Amino acid sequence: MPADTSLVEIASRFALVVLLISIALALVRLIKGPDAADRIVALDLISMLIIGFLATESIYAGETSFLDVAIGYALIAFLGTVALARFLMRSTQLTSKNMNKIEDKTTNNE
Amino acid sequence: MNDILTALLLVFGSLFCFVAALGMLRLPDTVIRMHAATKAGTLGAGLILIAESFFYAELGITLRALAAITFLLLTAPVAAHLIGRAAYYSGIRLWHKTWIDQLKDRYPAGDPPEESEP
Repeated sequence: MPADTSLVEIASRFALVVLLISIALALVRLIKGPDAADRIVALDLISMLIIGFLATESIYAGETSFLDVAIGYALIAFLGTVALARFLMRSTQLTSKNMNKIEDKTTNNE
Repeated sequence: MNDILTALLLVFGSLFCFVAALGMLRLPDTVIRMHAATKAGTLGAGLILIAESFFYAELGITLRALAAITFLLLTAPVAAHLIGRAAYYSGIRLWHKTWIDQLKDRYPAGDPPEESEP
């Protein structure tokens, strides 16, 4: 490491490494998650970590346009998470077609 | 001064992100994992964005970072709510030490309520 590395450079390098390790940990959960919901949660966390990674990269590289990339990625990641959750909801509705059970529940609620 | 603040915020933000990922890996249940992912992840990303606004100390960058933080704070609860709803109805198994499940009598897992088609 050269002698003229500033404090911010060291900190941003540390943050980049830690964020990469975090993304790897979340990827483990994404791969082995026992349920579809676990995978969606892991994807949500990974997108959040990538937003932090882009902001850190913007500090590390001195390039402000990475921040715009982070904002755009946040927008798209939210849409993706919502779409996946809706898809999971719809698929469970289609698979469980026991309508009489639902009627029993509405009477039980009284 | 700004450098020290930027470095501190970067380190703490990345550590919060690491805690979120560790909780994602280690916690026992989908809903509990969602707790770690949503709150600690949002806090970590928000701290890093604040660090960026301190580092550049320009109006445009600060406003953009604040917009990104506001957007994260607005969308993370909505996304978490949707995922939690879908996860509960898809019949995830709760942790064996969970002893409050107020939805159990209303919607047994696997039986989602009828939803009106949009």
